[in-house]
Amino acid sequence: MATPLTLAGTALAALPSGALWWPDEAMLCVADLHLGKSERIARHGGALLPPYETAETLDRLAADIARHAPRVVVCLGDSFDDGAGADALMPENSGRLATLGAGRDWIWIAGNHDPAPLSVAGRHLAEVARGPLTFRHIARPGADGGEVSGHWHPKARVALRGRTISRPCFLTDGARLILPAYGAYTGGLRADHPDLAALLSKSARAILTGTPALTVPLAAAAAPL
Amino acid sequence: MTSPPPDLPPFAADWFARRGWSPHPHQMALLAARGDPSTLLIAPTGGGKTLAGFLPSLIALGTDPAPGLHTLYVSPLKALAADIRRNLEAPVAEMGLKLRVEDRTGDTKASQRARQRTDPPHILLTTPESLALLLSYPEAPKIFRGLARVIVDEIHALAESKRGDQLVLGLARLQTLAPGLRRVGLSATVEDPPALAAFLGNDARVLLADSGPDPDISMLRTERPPPWAGATGLHNAAEVMDLVRAATTTLIFINTRAQAELFFQALWAENVGNLPIGLHHGSLGRDARARVETAMAAGELRAVVCTGSLDLGIDWGAVDLVIQVGAPKNVKRLVQRIGRANHRYNAPSRAVLAASNRFEVVECVAALQAVRARDLDGEPRGPGPLDVLCQHILLTACAAPFDADALFAEVRSAGPYRELSRDDFDACLDFCATGGYALKAYDRWRRLMLREGLWSLRDPRATRALRMNIGTIVDTETLAVRIKGTHGAPLGEIEESFAATLSPGDTFLIGGRTVRYEGLRDMSVEVTRQPSKTPKIATFMGTKLATSTRLAERMAALLSDPTAWDALPAHTRDWLDTQARISRLPRPDRLLAETFARDGREHLCLWGFAGRNAHQTLGLLVTRRMEAAGLEPLGFVANDYALLIWGLARVEDPAALLNPDGLREGLETWLGGNAVMKRTFRTAATIAGLIERNMPGRRRSGRQATFSSDILYDTLRKYDPDHLMLRITRDEASRGLVDFGRIEEMLARSAGRIDVVRAPHVTPLAAPLLLEVGKVPIKGEAEARLMREAAAALLAEAGLEA
Repeated sequence: MATPLTLAGTALAALPSGALWWPDEAMLCVADLHLGKSERIARHGGALLPPYETAETLDRLAADIARHAPRVVVCLGDSFDDGAGADALMPENSGRLATLGAGRDWIWIAGNHDPAPLSVAGRHLAEVARGPLTFRHIARPGADGGEVSGHWHPKARVALRGRTISRPCFLTDGARLILPAYGAYTGGLRADHPDLAALLSKSARAILTGTPALTVPLAAAAAPL
Repeated sequence: MTSPPPDLPPFAADWFARRGWSPHPHQMALLAARGDPSTLLIAPTGGGKTLAGFLPSLIALGTDPAPGLHTLYVSPLKALAADIRRNLEAPVAEMGLKLRVEDRTGDTKASQRARQRTDPPHILLTTPESLALLLSYPEAPKIFRGLARVIVDEIHALAESKRGDQLVLGLARLQTLAPGLRRVGLSATVEDPPALAAFLGNDARVLLADSGPDPDISMLRTERPPPWAGATGLHNAAEVMDLVRAATTTLIFINTRAQAELFFQALWAENVGNLPIGLHHGSLGRDARARVETAMAAGELRAVVCTGSLDLGIDWGAVDLVIQVGAPKNVKRLVQRIGRANHRYNAPSRAVLAASNRFEVVECVAALQAVRARDLDGEPRGPGPLDVLCQHILLTACAAPFDADALFAEVRSAGPYRELSRDDFDACLDFCATGGYALKAYDRWRRLMLREGLWSLRDPRATRALRMNIGTIVDTETLAVRIKGTHGAPLGEIEESFAATLSPGDTFLIGGRTVRYEGLRDMSVEVTRQPSKTPKIATFMGTKLATSTRLAERMAALLSDPTAWDALPAHTRDWLDTQARISRLPRPDRLLAETFARDGREHLCLWGFAGRNAHQTLGLLVTRRMEAAGLEPLGFVANDYALLIWGLARVEDPAALLNPDGLREGLETWLGGNAVMKRTFRTAATIAGLIERNMPGRRRSGRQATFSSDILYDTLRKYDPDHLMLRITRDEASRGLVDFGRIEEMLARSAGRIDVVRAPHVTPLAAPLLLEVGKVPIKGEAEARLMREAAAALLAEAGLEA
């Protein structure tokens, strides 16, 4: 069940998967896929994490695409865990990515993990402006209203009578929207971290991903992570 | 002074003579056995065990020792290593020996640790983790080449955990580096000495010292009968204070940290004479604990309220009374605690048991009878865990390339791994090398490579991360608690899960003081002092220890046999009499299932006596079956003796719900998603080196560097369900928090002999269960509704609209 929200007068929907849906433009937007993360860590001699997160992330993306049939897909940067990630994708995963993109306008926004143009099909841009909205990887302090960004992996915890629920979340104050990380092995930054608080007004709210979707004031999502 | 034994060289004989001591028989026996490959000494506390362990080394080293490491001493506690070093200094100096005795723990300065690697002392005192670290250095063969003896202190405690498994793997490594190495294990009383000897390994022989006189142990006499439920024991405070007043020094053991806090407060309220009484538990800051330990050693305290934090440690000779508040849970541990009183050799220990509720009265009496009968319990630990083996393999590769056949043989020489199959070893090796995934495309990033027949690290830089990850203790996440506006030592720590339930203004107890939660700052919990307020119950101790199988059996036997009730107080006898009239008494070889209606709900109470963890798991499995059968369960609660489930429909056939067929599949399938399973996975995955530990200071500074182990777990279950880490998780689930093994045991014991009683109302035995805390609601739509309500309330409170 999607949670409707309005950003700079534009009607959008926060999907339980962590993707953003813009019905009028038939645009699906996802942030921080971090494809190839386990492999990057392994390449550098680190822990051998289960190498299935790329398949897992693509599974969820495929489900969102099948459900909404977007004309445009925007990946908000850090789509690959590093520049080598796109080249190092296992054949079955790069094949799936190609299938998902067929017949759509697929836009890769540059992120700090994958700043250079990638060797995957689609357009490669630093940012995208469409109507009243601007899509970029990292929120810019003092930016005009209507900014959609990723990068921070916000995550919120809500305490309910002795139980805590912790989930990735959207953060919005009506002028700016920060998306949760869509990738499988992505950690999170507390929604009340000063870096995030500095970007949002006091009335900001967090929309937790998952089902049921849960909208809470940012201040209440401040339970220790 | 009797004539010195012939084995002692003059410097040692003179030392005993000057002290006016004569060696205990077991000290001489251990000296006589100094040429044996391995000896396990089992002696009561206060018997000079440690000196017995070191005497052969002091004598062998003598007055003109050759340089190099001769004896390694391993203790489970850092503090113990430091204390023993101080205690050894006196005899070493007085015997005129020129020995270097040093400790090496996580607290040792880096410069000293580096020096120890190039120029080791004669005697090195350390912990299992520090030993594992030393063995991971390329210099290990040089350091340990001349090692003659290793002494493992408190081996009974180490043998109960993965720390012990890691240690004996280290001993096997040491034996390869120094083939003539002789092992000595020092242990308190245990139920199965040969099993412990097998754990020590190298064909250990058991040396039993005189176990001393029987302890003087009794139940606390109280004015009022204990309450029906609860585990705080607060009603005992006045009587306990009377005993403290009459004794010299008292150790008061309490099962959990939160209960210790509450009891400490209750005791202070009774402490009219303002006797010095301390509090000691694992959530207190290191400084606070050290202060209590120092005051105790100096004889400045009349009593300490403590948890398992003082089960081990330096002997305090002045302790003449031990009080156990709350159910002992485990007879062996009780005996070891009782042994902390009167640490004089051959003097009886004095102990008092104080039950905190009606069931605990029965458990205390059963435990007291077991102590008198010297009938100790203990759960066999099963084969050596594979996650520990994975860590060992990776650390072995840090030191030098290794041969798989040789390492396999070496690992099998460690007691817990003697039955290890080559297949399991190879699975662990494969996990270390490639991650062990079904996806072979990943192999190019393998961690270990086979080069010229030897396994070595692909990327030598990995050693740093592997060494950072040493150890088998995976702590629950905790947060430091600080007084707002101060930057000094924290008051203590609380578990994150507890911190997450706090809102500003909430009060809780820590360090015996009530504090008010103000907020979070720099990853610590900020509080202000609130001396006058009643605290919100402190529940910062997550897990509870389950009553042991043996003790639960004894309890069930005691309950079922009215002729044995003379041992119970009158109020308990009356309670059981009423139970026999209204329902039935549980019997050890049968399963009692009571059903009754109350408050418009149907209740089912199963008397399994399988321990709290097993009952909790059974609750999850049975309510799942009830849901499938349309019996509409609403929730359940478990304690060590029974499981109580309530729901909308009456259960007519409990036997069907308990059918063992398919129960294990339930564990595999839907219980797989349970939080306890995820926690079990996190521990195993951390030990095996799949996830790196959260390092203090590095934690959550900026974007989180660590991975959610829950997501790794879910991903593995989905894409690679036969992966080694999941196999380990399932194996672990038969013990510990999930304790599925005891469910199977209980069902096998009763073998379908189920006594079903339809009672007219709540039964006397079941009534206390209705008062238990820790009720588990059945998840599902109920939780989703709770979430929506909470969110709406939060938005409304903040003046926002949903």
